Amino acid sequence: MRFPVAVVSPWKPAVSWSRRRVSAAPVELSSGRLELHGHARAPGCWLRFETSRTGEMWPGEGASGGELRTVEPLEYYRRFLKENCRPDGRELGEFRTTTVNIGSITTADGSALVKFGNTTVICGVKAELATPTEDSANKGYIVPNVELPSLCSPRFRSGPPGEEAQAASQFIADVIENSQIIEKEDLCIANGKLVWVLYCDIICMDYDGNLLDASAFALLAALKNVQLPSVIISEETGLSEVNFKQKNPLMIRKHPVATSFAIFDDTLLIVDPNAEEEDLATGTVTVVTDEEDRLCSVHKPGGSPLTGAKLQDCITRAITRQREVKKLIDKVINSIKPK
Amino acid sequence: MGERAAAPPAGRHQWEAAVLQEAKMAAGSGCCLRPFSCELGLLSRPDGSAAFLQGDTSVLAALYGPAEAKGNRELPERAALEVLLRPKVGLPGVGERSREQLLRQTCEAVLLGRLHPRCSVSLVLQVLGDSGSLLSCCLNAACMGLLDAGLPLASLFCGVTCALHPDGSLVLDPSTRQEQEARALLTFAIDSAERKVLMASTKGTCSVEEMQQCIAAAQSAADTIFQFYRDSIRRRYSKS
Repeated sequence: MRFPVAVVSPWKPAVSWSRRRVSAAPVELSSGRLELHGHARAPGCWLRFETSRTGEMWPGEGASGGELRTVEPLEYYRRFLKENCRPDGRELGEFRTTTVNIGSITTADGSALVKFGNTTVICGVKAELATPTEDSANKGYIVPNVELPSLCSPRFRSGPPGEEAQAASQFIADVIENSQIIEKEDLCIANGKLVWVLYCDIICMDYDGNLLDASAFALLAALKNVQLPSVIISEETGLSEVNFKQKNPLMIRKHPVATSFAIFDDTLLIVDPNAEEEDLATGTVTVVTDEEDRLCSVHKPGGSPLTGAKLQDCITRAITRQREVKKLIDKVINSIKPK
Repeated sequence: MGERAAAPPAGRHQWEAAVLQEAKMAAGSGCCLRPFSCELGLLSRPDGSAAFLQGDTSVLAALYGPAEAKGNRELPERAALEVLLRPKVGLPGVGERSREQLLRQTCEAVLLGRLHPRCSVSLVLQVLGDSGSLLSCCLNAACMGLLDAGLPLASLFCGVTCALHPDGSLVLDPSTRQEQEARALLTFAIDSAERKVLMASTKGTCSVEEMQQCIAAAQSAADTIFQFYRDSIRRRYSKS
């Protein structure tokens, strides 16, 4: 079975060819799938990873590039940042290739797999029935959980969730709460008796930086994919009957999109940092915006201080990114063949 | 550690500073901070301790460090900072862990950790009362605790919370009721060197202009708070 996949080519200004590997506009095929055709190097391949190899960008450096990278990684990065680019060939304001695959987990009510370069995050949404609390009798629940299993990176050990996973879970819960992505009243089936609970499990499978953006994106895509079966409470018995044949999609009111920046040397802001850049950075900022250009969240957990003007730059870039992501999600959702 | 042979006498220094600050906003509405109070050096075992009160919200901070770092916590180039936040009631949950991360990275940005490599600094915060603006009270208590412990800092920082009401008005240092009525709550940590934003955490949605207004209000409120820090420290060290 073919699952719809869409790839957005990264936002990039004109740059000389020596720094680019593959670049082309997505080509739409008659079947409704979108593929990214590379140039002669890799024809027909639709998954593309920007692997950063040492010394490749700067032919003159050769072996010394590799040594410098291990011994003095910050100095190595500074040389690239001076030329306004990064070792993997991206501009400072450029995102990695974003790939999204919706509906791949058939046992979940909604699912999405998102890749930002190497960072891979999968979100599965399961809907269950529950009784609401007394004070919010007509509100359902959305329970997000971000897991960073030890398979995604050597920095995470197996066992209870560490600080990063818990902070990410709290961030996702805040995004859901702040942006009102779903009205909890929409999850109510019978006032005071029965409501839906949406368990959103976000699991990182490959950690290469920028976890928060990928998680928020995966959550949004999975929620758009959710199909809730209709539930009727029969009059006679008072029990609920679930009709799996008749499914309705969720009403998504807002589309919040997160954009993360890493701060280098207290002054430079780079977008979509990978794991190496995150380790070298002196701070991070994550801005979440929705389609009305309103700020759902500005998350700056410490790090180098920023002026109001620099924060404004981040917000402007985040607004542009929100448009790109919204277009991508709409394209993918529309390309799903109705069952 | 506890090497305080020539320590000042064990008495406490307590004073109140009722500080009311009006920050005139572009919208013209006045903003006030609740009365502050601070107590330094009130605990005998930690290397530094501070209790910070903002209205009825109070947080007690205790600092241990620089001390020997255990096992894998040791960092070869700088001190390892660990923050523990204990809520008033119940066990720490995911929300507390998220706040610990915010506090830790804020303190790490100002602490000159490179002067104490392979050491650990532990900051323990206990919430004694919560009636609004809890995160900014924690930030203020943490900064006062760092000062009391005598750790080397690049600059000071202070926490300010702004609440945006549905009618567009801005309230600084909101109480619990004002927080519940607000449609957006923004907490900033402002540094003392250039009044830049060290930490930002928001709840609810707001427009970009409103956020910039809140930053401006927080920066002007920060002046008052830093003056209060200065007065507190001056009073503490002048008697001993």
